[in-house]
Amino acid sequence: MNGKIIVYGAEWCPDCRAAKTYLNNRKIAYEYYNIDNSAVKLAEMLMLTNNKKIIPTIVIGENIMQEPSLMQLDEALQAQNVLATEPVQEVIMIGAGPTALAAAIYTTREDIDTVLYEKGVIGGLAATTDWVDNYPGFPDGISGLDLAENLRKQAERFGAKIELGEVTKIDTEDGLVKLSTTDGIRYAKAVLIATGSDYKKMGISGEDTYYARGVHYCATCDGAFYRDKKLVVVGGGNSAVQEALFLTKFASHIDLLVRSDLKASDVLVKQLEKNEKITVHLATSTEEIVGDGSTVKKVIATDKKTGNSVEFETDGVFIFIGLKPTTEFLRTSDLEFDEIGFIKTNAQLETSIPGVFAAGDVRSGATMQIASAVGEGATAALRIREYLQNC
Amino acid sequence: MVKNITIYTTNTCAYCVMVKKWLTAKGFPFSEVNIDEHPERAKEALEISGQLAVPVTVITKDDDSQQVVVGYNLAKLAPAVA
Repeated sequence: MNGKIIVYGAEWCPDCRAAKTYLNNRKIAYEYYNIDNSAVKLAEMLMLTNNKKIIPTIVIGENIMQEPSLMQLDEALQAQNVLATEPVQEVIMIGAGPTALAAAIYTTREDIDTVLYEKGVIGGLAATTDWVDNYPGFPDGISGLDLAENLRKQAERFGAKIELGEVTKIDTEDGLVKLSTTDGIRYAKAVLIATGSDYKKMGISGEDTYYARGVHYCATCDGAFYRDKKLVVVGGGNSAVQEALFLTKFASHIDLLVRSDLKASDVLVKQLEKNEKITVHLATSTEEIVGDGSTVKKVIATDKKTGNSVEFETDGVFIFIGLKPTTEFLRTSDLEFDEIGFIKTNAQLETSIPGVFAAGDVRSGATMQIASAVGEGATAALRIREYLQNC
Repeated sequence: MVKNITIYTTNTCAYCVMVKKWLTAKGFPFSEVNIDEHPERAKEALEISGQLAVPVTVITKDDDSQQVVVGYNLAKLAPAVA
């Protein structure tokens, strides 16, 4: 870097403030002159700019810029090797589940610099799934953990960077997407929200009290504590049946409580019927989890056919009653959500914020399948590429 | 200063993978107790953490004080190893 950085501006000028904030956030040293307070500095600026009184005027070495966009400023700083931290990213993806990993495979193969921000598990909910039998290309199925690891390796092979951290807010600033993160402010030309979904809680008595002391939402994590024990699994969809089948590796017996009818796929229902360790209770509404203060002892439910209360003695309860979008952290952002909290997009997967796309389980209308998530990730990557070409 | 770190894990636990990945990235060596391979030690993890869950990360400092973190929780893990 030759020479110093000088910003000529004024207190009333929002673009001047944006430029200073940008430099401050990146810990870049600069001199600032308020031209309203100094006739000498105003004259100095006019001499440099051939009498063009436009602010901010920013001098970076021999480069004199007037009213630059943050993107132009970033490029000028990169050209001078000034940036103390990373430059504006081409693409930041929030989440590192199947959607973002698939999208990153596509973007990085086209040399689009891509960073993925993950606050939880690389591979997302898929990584916590015992066995994935319906993902194309694996005739014998594959464990969720192995599928996640394969996707990660493939994305990293092309140069995707996965960072462990949390995004807390999304804004825009001068044509860029501004992300508040646990590592500070980051700017990107485009952002993909692929934060997926997580298992819903039931909101019944005892659920929070005995969380991780008998109440669980991750069979692959906590199932091993129930070797030769009795369990209750709540839910009737694919996840509940799949995880109940997995838990029979450990448990001596499982009561599967289904609020109405089984909604799992026929293949899983057939496996369920063959498994002697599982008893299915249809039309059974789970009401309360009861323990002795340290561990779970029983589950109280209502038999909806008779209206009678029924009790199930158990050592633990695993709950899989559906999915909720991981969007709480975005509620203060200027995004549009549907009534449940999923992010609304158009057919191009664009959200209501320019440059911000959403795909996978977090998107309103998603089908909650890993194969769909991966497909949406690929689509999002192509839309992002088009967006970057035009911005 | 951290004297040693032990993690209780299972074969299928994705959060266990993340704790190991994070500690490795931060340069902390650790020993692992896999309770799928050593089911008799599941009770030990429960006694240490009070919870029926993995990962359980036990961080022992030079003064032999111990901190226990259940789950993949960077907000708790980062100060525990500091």
